[in-house]
Amino acid sequence: MTTATVQTPDQLVVEHVVTRVPVSRAQRLGAGLALVFIGLVTIWRFGVDGHHHLDASIRLGALNADHVPHFTVPATPVAYVAGGVTALLGVLWLLAPRRRFFGLVMGVGIFLFVAALLCWLASASSFSTVDVVGLLNSGIALAVPLILGALCGVMCERSAVINVAIEGQMLAGAFASALIGSLVGITAGMLAGAFAGALIGAILAVFAIRYLVNQVVLGVVLNVFAAGLTGFLYDVFMQPHTDTLNTTPLMELHKVPLLGDIPVLGPLLFDTYTIVYITYVLIIAVDVWLFRTRWGLRTRAVGEHPRAADTVGIRVLAMRYRNVILGGAIAGLGGAYFIFSVGQFQKNITSGQGFIALAALIFGRWSPRGAVGAALLFGFASAMQVTLSINAPSIPSNVVAMVPYLATILAVAGLVGKVRAPAADGEPYVKG
Amino acid sequence: MSEQTADPAADPQAALTTPEGGEERPRGFWARYARASSLVVTLLAFVTAMVLGGILIAVADPQTQDASHYFFQYPWDTFHYGFAAIWRGYVALFQGAIFNPHTASKGTLAGYLGPISETVTNATPLILAGLSVGLAFRAGLFNIGGQGQVIMGAVCAGFVGFHWDLPPGLHLLLGIIAGALGGAAWGGLAGFLKAKTGAHEVITTIMLNYVAFFFLAYLLTAKGFQQSGSGQAISYQVHGSAQLPPLLGDSLRVHSGIFLALLAAWFVHWLLTRSTLGFRLRAVGANPFASRTAGMNVENSYITVMLIAGGLCGLAGVSQILGTNSRITGDIDAGIGFDGITVALLGRASPKGIVAAGLLFGALHAGGTQMQSSTGTPVDLVQVIQSLIVLFIAAPMLVRAMYRLKGSAAGVSGAALAKGWNG
Repeated sequence: MTTATVQTPDQLVVEHVVTRVPVSRAQRLGAGLALVFIGLVTIWRFGVDGHHHLDASIRLGALNADHVPHFTVPATPVAYVAGGVTALLGVLWLLAPRRRFFGLVMGVGIFLFVAALLCWLASASSFSTVDVVGLLNSGIALAVPLILGALCGVMCERSAVINVAIEGQMLAGAFASALIGSLVGITAGMLAGAFAGALIGAILAVFAIRYLVNQVVLGVVLNVFAAGLTGFLYDVFMQPHTDTLNTTPLMELHKVPLLGDIPVLGPLLFDTYTIVYITYVLIIAVDVWLFRTRWGLRTRAVGEHPRAADTVGIRVLAMRYRNVILGGAIAGLGGAYFIFSVGQFQKNITSGQGFIALAALIFGRWSPRGAVGAALLFGFASAMQVTLSINAPSIPSNVVAMVPYLATILAVAGLVGKVRAPAADGEPYVKG
Repeated sequence: MSEQTADPAADPQAALTTPEGGEERPRGFWARYARASSLVVTLLAFVTAMVLGGILIAVADPQTQDASHYFFQYPWDTFHYGFAAIWRGYVALFQGAIFNPHTASKGTLAGYLGPISETVTNATPLILAGLSVGLAFRAGLFNIGGQGQVIMGAVCAGFVGFHWDLPPGLHLLLGIIAGALGGAAWGGLAGFLKAKTGAHEVITTIMLNYVAFFFLAYLLTAKGFQQSGSGQAISYQVHGSAQLPPLLGDSLRVHSGIFLALLAAWFVHWLLTRSTLGFRLRAVGANPFASRTAGMNVENSYITVMLIAGGLCGLAGVSQILGTNSRITGDIDAGIGFDGITVALLGRASPKGIVAAGLLFGALHAGGTQMQSSTGTPVDLVQVIQSLIVLFIAAPMLVRAMYRLKGSAAGVSGAALAKGWNG
């Protein structure tokens, strides 16, 4: 649906024109052929070439836990059905694409592919089994820092400051939380991580807003700076005193009284770490903040049309400072998550997760919900990669690891609909 | 090239620091100092970064740390040990990068030229990657995908190097061409996506970096690429016939890749100042809309420049695999892709500047390694200094404010280098 505004010289006529948005040729062909391809691969790899005569054993819980729902499904028929439906969806999309159903169609296609893949894994031998809940659990665990990084990106880029330095902010946060976490404790460590992330955010803000430095250059340089500084300090201080300065307590699971007892969702979502609960709160807070509060409205105005915002009295630069520094704190918390899940800092511990967070932000079209969805998708893809590298060496796990990046390239290339950044993103604002 | 031909969009500092013509010339040293040129800003940025790096060295020094415990009783000790540590560190840096009297006293060639050899070896891929980023800057694109292009260049050159059996000269030539083509394909892909779909090159090149990284990780476990019989992620060895010949004998690492880099710098200089294509690229970089109106094919220019830029990064990969190393490992790019960005910024996107900047950062890398081994100061310090230099250069207003330099207050054009995601 679109709203077209037509202005005539005499009077202002606002006309609502309801049209069915045509699907671009690239999207029609790209998505359709991709679905057909995925369907055929499913049929061939997991059906024709699959493990015949073996049933897939699927569990909804760990192997050693009691009362775990457990069922078996015939693996090859599932693959045939899933592949057939996916290919059919692809053909339908090629014949009659509807923009409204795009997400649904792609989601169903990917879900069926993953389902067939899991059944194939679970039927590799008579002993093999797949724990779906465990897989989802590790997917969420891998997604949490991505979610925090992507939320940082939302905060910054919605107010028109490009943040390529999410990686650096996470790394700085990780270092600070390892140091303070070892000396004081987890809570202080988390605060220190957020503070360090905010500090890098503040450098980004000052150079981008006050000194008008190109923001992509700045982000790249800050990543190098954070990697160099934390590496240097690690060698000088942490390495010689690992026991006192680089051994943090680990996070503990906290169960929410009632919600934690829900059969499958409970252990998945409500029996987890404090940072994850904070993440839930942040997801809701950022979404509400951006779309339901005055501050959020002003942030969006600053991001789309700073001059107009300035004209109506919004303090553009103050808005940007505030949001970039707060965003940095969120990314720093993401860095703390790395530390408190393994208990110590290592050089370059974030290993490119900040860039996946950036990818999630873009893939999620600069909206909090989209970014969180994309981060979950990417986290789940990494979990699949880990599972595959252990259970199915015949599938190259490195190729699976490319999926988030390829998906993002396809997204910005317009194959999955229009991806548009906030209009003023990356442009410094100079009054006058 | 002359300052007049430099377009303001790709070379903002040059534009904003050129003194306004027609005014009376400032008299006296300080007056001239205060109206400093971009060269002075560059020097001050370097000095400031080295001072901050020095503070880090002092902080890292155990003697200084001990003395700081009684700082308020006897502060002089802290300063004394601190300055001694900084002096030792930077002397070691110099010895690792330029000249080391201890090794030179042995009287061998390696003793005299060892440090210079290390500097040039480190500088070669940096110059090539810097040229790649700089050329893309001039056409208004930000090539952040150096890492991926270096990897693809190294993979292609390495593949030719260890799988084909050819006579020496031809083998090397084909290896170099393969590397350049590998990088060009990877860079060109980003240019193609930008031209055909409008996908921002910063996003696509970042993503392509990781795709290349995982592709290399896959290859290093694949048959026909991984050294058979070794469990490590390491490729076959490049045949001797495909290796860039060493310049100063086998005892020194420096190889003829530096000529490749200088040739590339000359080519980029020629391209930008003497060719029609270069004119078109610069015009598109300065103002794509005006260029389109003037009848230039903007999309085509994007693809062309990314092909060339990718090829240059591919050559950096060639220098890595056919020159410095002979086997591909997972970290074959060694951060060159991102260092290339800092080199291009320090060199202000001009080929001569990039060669100088590449040599400087090459010297810092070579010296940093020596500093780590002789004084124990971690080599990561070089990364910090490097990023600080670029940070200060990118923010000339800050340097001017710190050193009370006068100059045009405008720094706005610094933003014109690359626009936002939608630009």
